[in-house]
Amino acid sequence: MAEGLSVSLRHRQGDFTVEADFRAGPGVTALFGRSGAGKTTLLRAVAGLLRPQQGRITLGGRVFVDTGTGAWLPPHRRRVGYVFQDARLFPHLTVRQNLAYGRWFAGRGGATTVPFDDIVGMLGIVPLLGRRPGGLSGGERQRVAIGRALLAGAEVLLLDEPLASLDAARRAEILPYLERLRDGLDLPILHVSHSLAEVVRLATALVLVEQGRVVASGPLAAMLARPDLAALFGRFGTATLLEGTVEGHDPAWELTRVATPAGPLLLPRLDRPVGAAVRLRVLARDVLLSTRPPRDLSARNVLPGMVTALLPGTGAEMEASLDMAGQPLTASLTRLAAAELGLAPGQPVWAVVKAVAVVDGGTGLD
Amino acid sequence: MLDAFTPDELAAIRLSLRVAFWATLGSLPLGIGVAWLLARGRFPGKVLLDGLVHMPLVLPPVVTGYVLLLLFGRNGPLGKLLGEVGIVLAFDWKGAALACAVMGFPLLVRAVRLGLEAVDQGLEEAAATLGAAPPLVFLTVTLPLMLPGIVAGAILCFAKALGEFGATITFVSNIPGRTQTLPSALYSYTQVPGGDAGALRLTIVAAVLAVAALVASEMLARRVRRRVEGRDG
Repeated sequence: MAEGLSVSLRHRQGDFTVEADFRAGPGVTALFGRSGAGKTTLLRAVAGLLRPQQGRITLGGRVFVDTGTGAWLPPHRRRVGYVFQDARLFPHLTVRQNLAYGRWFAGRGGATTVPFDDIVGMLGIVPLLGRRPGGLSGGERQRVAIGRALLAGAEVLLLDEPLASLDAARRAEILPYLERLRDGLDLPILHVSHSLAEVVRLATALVLVEQGRVVASGPLAAMLARPDLAALFGRFGTATLLEGTVEGHDPAWELTRVATPAGPLLLPRLDRPVGAAVRLRVLARDVLLSTRPPRDLSARNVLPGMVTALLPGTGAEMEASLDMAGQPLTASLTRLAAAELGLAPGQPVWAVVKAVAVVDGGTGLD
Repeated sequence: MLDAFTPDELAAIRLSLRVAFWATLGSLPLGIGVAWLLARGRFPGKVLLDGLVHMPLVLPPVVTGYVLLLLFGRNGPLGKLLGEVGIVLAFDWKGAALACAVMGFPLLVRAVRLGLEAVDQGLEEAAATLGAAPPLVFLTVTLPLMLPGIVAGAILCFAKALGEFGATITFVSNIPGRTQTLPSALYSYTQVPGGDAGALRLTIVAAVLAVAALVASEMLARRVRRRVEGRDG
């Protein structure tokens, strides 16, 4: 399992070509891109529902397909947990029978299966066991579908926009379960999504797909900080992810202090206990730079750091990479400002963080 | 109540039910197979198979009966082969069942095919990713989900078999107690003077049987549909 999933393929459908080369280890690897970019095609190839014209897909030491040697493992022998966008629960079976379906085959194949009660409990579907899928809500269906895939002894989980067909409330209902899966199971999860908010909240790694091609892949934080990819992330632009810990609350001012690798940050009061992990996103455009310790500012989050690189942008804009006590942070500024401040690599600066978004937990999906 | 019927009439009613039952049951497996080939298969000659299956629907029943007689008669190529293993179809109720099965087959295949085409193939994909090999996908997902089509096809076939007349009488004749089905018996009454009362009695029986089959099928279909749609209760 340590080797994870490795995908390398080329497949032509009409005048659309899907070409990909990426790896996915334990944790959530988000396949991110617009609808129709070919993300589902990649999942289908991994599951064996589509035979790529050229390529090689392996999971751990098992070869799923290798067009070079002609190797082909049919879908029912891949132990791949596919959670479809439309759940695809068997309507003629009860929830319990749906959950048991793959488990029965997995048991016969000698695959190790996870305990039924654990999965059912983790997904909160115990009260649904006796019911039929027809009467379930969209969110309930997706939870059952995830459970069914896991109980089949899946060694990789493929999530094909399981949240796309749900409204905001249902989405908020499922996200915590996905977070629990990510943290509680040691298997690669490929998560197809076109929602950046979802990706930022769940993913550990990111594979960017555009018009059938993987344009970039890497750890999430590094990808979000790459200015050359900012345009792909739409209105957010370049951003920095900070993994922080709640340090304390200040009831008088309704504030919460969060310790981050870049330094302490003050946020509007968070409803989380001291010591809880919290994932923060700082957009490059929300970071101001000062070459001297700023005084008399309304902003409370001012952190010292150093310029490591200046990145030319388009038009009037450019970006500066900063080193905040070892934690990289990206700030965007105008070329004029950079010139007038005389910014150069190695120069100490103070970063004024105007806004911080909490991107995990709660219903914080924007 | 049974006193109202002559022994020959009772035999004809019993024979008709038996013939229709076996015609339906016997053609179901083949019908499901052919429906699957027509709906999902990709092979040369598919149009030909489709045409062949539908032939009895467009041919005069007498022609179908005569072709059966040529093939399965005592001297027919298939009849001889079956005769060697002790199966004689000509002038036997089993022959009547075969004639009814052939005549009901296109109706059966059409309904089963519609049922199969209504099955979401995405569910079959889901079953495959959950570890089910293709034959098991068919048995555990496709077959249960196409059940409404199978039920509808079986009922159509059964009803057609109960009423089949032309092919049956041509192939196995009209021997009271042996090959005389309800429609043949009715026909006999219309051919003799004073047969009106008997004809009327059998007409009523045919109507009652038809209505009973319809009601039973509707009840069965409703139950199956509820299951397939995945509703509680």
